[in-house]
Amino acid sequence: MNEIVPVVEMTDIAIGFPGVKALDGVDFRLFQGEVHALMGENGAGKSTLIKALTGVYTIDSGTVTVLGEPKRFSTPGESQAAGISTVYQEVNLCPNLTVEENVLLGREPRRRGSIDWKGVRSRTREVLAELQLDHIDPGSLLSTHSIAVQQLIAIARSVEINAKVLILDEPTSSLDADEVSQLFRVIRDLRDRGVAILFVSHFLEQVYEISDRMTVLRNGKLVGEYLTRDLSRMSLISKMIGKDLEALAELDQAPARTRASNGAGLTPFVEARGLGRKGSVSNVDLSIYPGEVVGLAGLLGAGRTEIARLFFGADKADEGTIKVKGTGQKIRSPRAAIDKRIGFCSEDRKEEGLIGDLTLRDNLVLAMQASKGWARRIPRRVQDELVAEYIEALDIRPANPDALIRNLSGGNQQKVLLARWLVTHPELLILDEPTRGIDIGAKTQIQKLVNKLAADGMSILFISSELEEVLRVSDRVAVIKDRAMVAEINNDGVSVEDVMTVIAGGAQ
Amino acid sequence: MSPLSTLTPLTVKKPSPARSRLRGGARYAPTLATVGLFIAMFAVGAGMYPSFLSGQVFLNLFIDNTFLIVLAVGMTFVILTGGIDLSVGAVVALSMMVSATLLQQGWNAGAVIVLVLLIGGGLGLLMGLIIQYFDIQPFIVTLAGMFLARGLCYVISLDSIPVTEGFFTGMAQAQIPLPGDLFVSPGVLLALGIVAAAFFVLHHTRFGRTVYAIGGNEHSAMLMGLPVKATKVLVYALSGLCSAIAGILFSFYSLSGYSLAAQGMELDAIAAVVIGGTLLTGGTGYVLGSVVGVLVLGIVQTFIAYDGTLSSWWTKIVIGGLLLVFILLQRLFARKAG
Repeated sequence: MNEIVPVVEMTDIAIGFPGVKALDGVDFRLFQGEVHALMGENGAGKSTLIKALTGVYTIDSGTVTVLGEPKRFSTPGESQAAGISTVYQEVNLCPNLTVEENVLLGREPRRRGSIDWKGVRSRTREVLAELQLDHIDPGSLLSTHSIAVQQLIAIARSVEINAKVLILDEPTSSLDADEVSQLFRVIRDLRDRGVAILFVSHFLEQVYEISDRMTVLRNGKLVGEYLTRDLSRMSLISKMIGKDLEALAELDQAPARTRASNGAGLTPFVEARGLGRKGSVSNVDLSIYPGEVVGLAGLLGAGRTEIARLFFGADKADEGTIKVKGTGQKIRSPRAAIDKRIGFCSEDRKEEGLIGDLTLRDNLVLAMQASKGWARRIPRRVQDELVAEYIEALDIRPANPDALIRNLSGGNQQKVLLARWLVTHPELLILDEPTRGIDIGAKTQIQKLVNKLAADGMSILFISSELEEVLRVSDRVAVIKDRAMVAEINNDGVSVEDVMTVIAGGAQ
Repeated sequence: MSPLSTLTPLTVKKPSPARSRLRGGARYAPTLATVGLFIAMFAVGAGMYPSFLSGQVFLNLFIDNTFLIVLAVGMTFVILTGGIDLSVGAVVALSMMVSATLLQQGWNAGAVIVLVLLIGGGLGLLMGLIIQYFDIQPFIVTLAGMFLARGLCYVISLDSIPVTEGFFTGMAQAQIPLPGDLFVSPGVLLALGIVAAAFFVLHHTRFGRTVYAIGGNEHSAMLMGLPVKATKVLVYALSGLCSAIAGILFSFYSLSGYSLAAQGMELDAIAAVVIGGTLLTGGTGYVLGSVVGVLVLGIVQTFIAYDGTLSSWWTKIVIGGLLLVFILLQRLFARKAG
């Protein structure tokens, strides 16, 4: 093939935020008439790269060329003027205006300074017809249409602008299967007309269905650029999480825990049937028995935390049932979950879990005080005993109840967060990434603690992006993919590779 | 053939003509409700007081409220973007004080008017720039503007200053005859001209559509590459300019300048805009609705005047009640639409 100039070429791009290098030396090329998928886990730098290209962020170093011409974007307007158009997940149009206005805002045909509304109508009809969307009434208000149609209208706007590059950022995350295929028809259509399309999605299967090439990012760095048909799902996943398969298999040799007897014949502590929430996750069938650790395995962004939030009532499920000890229909709020003795250690301990400016003692007592009601203050003597007990049991350092939480290391903060729930004696404890960003010593301690708690009869839902860790602590593993639960595996000698095969395989 | 090409278009049910008409109607519903309310009030007034049913009573609603109409026009622009301008009443008072003082010192009426317009527009521009570039809530910035303008009034004079200049007194007394023994003041024509211009700008220029887009979703408007910053600044400048024009119209009407004049008039303007069907959250509303809103406020006052036994403070109570009813109505419409 002869040398073709890429429509967009980004070279050695770096963007930093205080304390973080969001992008570091990333190269990216986008050609005419291709659908190019940008892949990576959450936090890999996908959105940052897109925002650099659309002028929302300004790049610190590197070059951007569009059709061979060097460009420097500092506003979305400049990027659009260069022919780059973006459709975001949360459709960025104006709900209070009509379809035709949204398609042509800022570019309305005018006659002697006055907007030519007849021209607006006919131009909109033309563009919609081009996309075979002529069933959409140009005069209807945008807010009367579904998200799927609004997205198509946003695409119509970029067609009207005659965009050379169309960026679709998570366009399918709130669409159902029919809507997705309609969107894909439009995408293919545009690709065949020579538009360069950048497609970002967490849904592996959709990426394989629609894309021609892909660029993989990890931790703000470029992993590589591949032809989709040459890259198996397995190798894509290992590139995204950054470990090759042999290394994963080796790690798996670590001794597994002694399994608690599977609670056959017992009532599960919690039983979910067809649990789901529109636009979040669907089809979760999961029972957790007393004394059992159930792990959630899946890529970042597959829907693991969303499932945890449903179990805790932090998001309300709108389909399916959830029974606690054989009764009940739904968990409506975190308050209700706590009353049912469910605890939730959140993924983001700084934002959602701990209060950094309070002392170790205050943070520990917080959850317990909340469950007793604020009127009955826990006596200082009881507080001291409790705090001393948990500092010892969890080996929290420094062993000083009056230390400020924000001065503790990540691992010790995590232990305090755990202890905070343990003082309330939960029967089900949801641990979302309890070992993220903490050192190996603290990690083992927490894994051991999980073992011990389960041995004492507690049910545990364990979430971690490290598959080997999930397998090490769990009795059973639920595999999450593309925002649905796809398989449940009894953990008897299952290897990391087995789980990855399930994730990589088609929907089951 | 790929299976995709056999897909029938999904998801969008083509709305039947009747339904889309209904939808279109829902957009005008709050404004139409205001028009209906106005007609009903006029009818009730005519039933109670025979002299109420006259063309001149209707025209007096305009004559007595020219300044409020102009204020409401500026306020409509601001509220459509989702903002608010609390300074307009104080800027009216300042405009009146400046013109009364300068006219007393023998300035030419034309020069005074130009200066007043520059002061009002400039003040609005300044507030708009602060709101936009320091990213401060319009509420607090225009509150500061209100104190500044009102304070300047007191600095100029604590006493009421009469206006005796020829052009102003001429405008105060001028009557433009209409067929059927009716008349309007020149101020009414000016105010209606401004309304017509505002209507054109809002509905037939890109600037106007950007105003609506910002009110609908400012972030989206920015991402669509619309000139959001400039538009937001301009909207406050426009409101300041309208306040200055309203101040001059109020001078024609009252022929004096007084520091305490137009107290709370910003709230009357906001009330008129909201009663006229503009959502305080921005993005929805019509400038013609705001005019009807002013007429509703005017007819409440006329009612109280005809009754003769009620304290004029009842005007405030009725307006407060109406405002509440209209905000609740809007909420209901918004829920239905959502």
